[in-house]
Amino acid sequence: MNQYKEITINGLWKQNPGVVQLLGLCPTLAVTTSVVNGASLGVATALVMAAANGSVSPVRKYVPSEIRVPVFILVIAALVTVIDLTIHGFAEPLHKVLGIFIPLIVVNCIVLARVESFAAKNEPPPAILDGLMMGLGLTAVLALLGGIREVIGKGTLFSGLDLAFGPDFKQFVITVVPDYHGFLLAILPPGAFLGLGCLIAARNWAEQRKANITPSATGSLKPAH
Amino acid sequence: MPETILKHTSKTALTLIAFALVFTSLLAYVFQVTKAPIEKSEAEARMALFRQIVPEDLHNNDLLKDAISIAPNELLGNKLPIVANRARIDNKPSAVILEALAHDGYSGDIKLLIAIKYDGSIAGVRVLTHKETPGLGDYIDIAKGKWIKLFDNESLSETSDAEWKVKKDGGKFDYMAGATITPRAVVKAVHKALQYYAANKEALFK
Repeated sequence: MNQYKEITINGLWKQNPGVVQLLGLCPTLAVTTSVVNGASLGVATALVMAAANGSVSPVRKYVPSEIRVPVFILVIAALVTVIDLTIHGFAEPLHKVLGIFIPLIVVNCIVLARVESFAAKNEPPPAILDGLMMGLGLTAVLALLGGIREVIGKGTLFSGLDLAFGPDFKQFVITVVPDYHGFLLAILPPGAFLGLGCLIAARNWAEQRKANITPSATGSLKPAH
Repeated sequence: MPETILKHTSKTALTLIAFALVFTSLLAYVFQVTKAPIEKSEAEARMALFRQIVPEDLHNNDLLKDAISIAPNELLGNKLPIVANRARIDNKPSAVILEALAHDGYSGDIKLLIAIKYDGSIAGVRVLTHKETPGLGDYIDIAKGKWIKLFDNESLSETSDAEWKVKKDGGKFDYMAGATITPRAVVKAVHKALQYYAANKEALFK
């Protein structure tokens, strides 16, 4: 199979960091109280991952293996700080919401994991794509979980869009359930665990269905255990 | 062989130093580039808050520049020096914006921004930061409820000391069932800020 296609499928579905590898759960659980929060942190993480993979891959042959982890962390920390400063400068309200979680991307193990297991062994173009796709896979999970928690917890979708893009975007906020008083459990931390559990279950169910259908489609019976 | 070990070690150390140098310069560059936008957006965010509690007709000076530092003080609850901003009309004092901390909220400190007009009445109060329970105690935040507007136009002369309490404690301030500790802390902090203002009125506008 085409290498790039495989990387894309791995990042978005097969090895999705949010629901398969279950790496980097701290932001997954903490910020996903709304779609905008979840997606914003996801995009920031994806940018860091693509940039980190892209900067480590070209120099991988010059980094002695004894000091590879300090070097990787140095690269990741610098890139995260760059993103942090940029968001602070150009999207102040968003920075207020995500503020303490952006520096935490440094210690998000998914970033180091992809640098160590992929970028340190591959050429820059696939490495950048891998970082981006893994990041987008995580973004999708964060946004979906944020959406579930937001609808159940607050009865809205995309609230806070104006924080990221300016007051003009306030009109895009959707009130799914009018006059809703909110279901606190979904917004509080337990809601994150329950929501993530449902997402993982849904993904496993979809995988299993696919596995059950494939053999019958080719005419053979289900293999015996 | 000691020589090769030495060589290997220094090579490794040099690589690490090279990486540190390159990325430190990158950070220094980005810091320089984003410094002005960050300061600008922080000032704008602060100004937007000020506009909520200090009406336009109450000042024609630059609120952000007309500031005074206040030393740690029991009545404002600050443990570090804080900045108070002053509103003036044609150089005559019209209002002061104080920050106050309530330490007795349900969880963590509640940081308030209180604008007090020169005559000692409140122009407006906003909660800057808090860690109160979402859905229960967070109605003190203007984004969640109008409760904080109860303080508009309140003053020490309007409401006696005994009445500066929530209704449950025999005072005049409404609260929502289920969360009494939070509004109690806010009412107390606002009351103390007014007392601070009454005691330091002249010094604040110097």
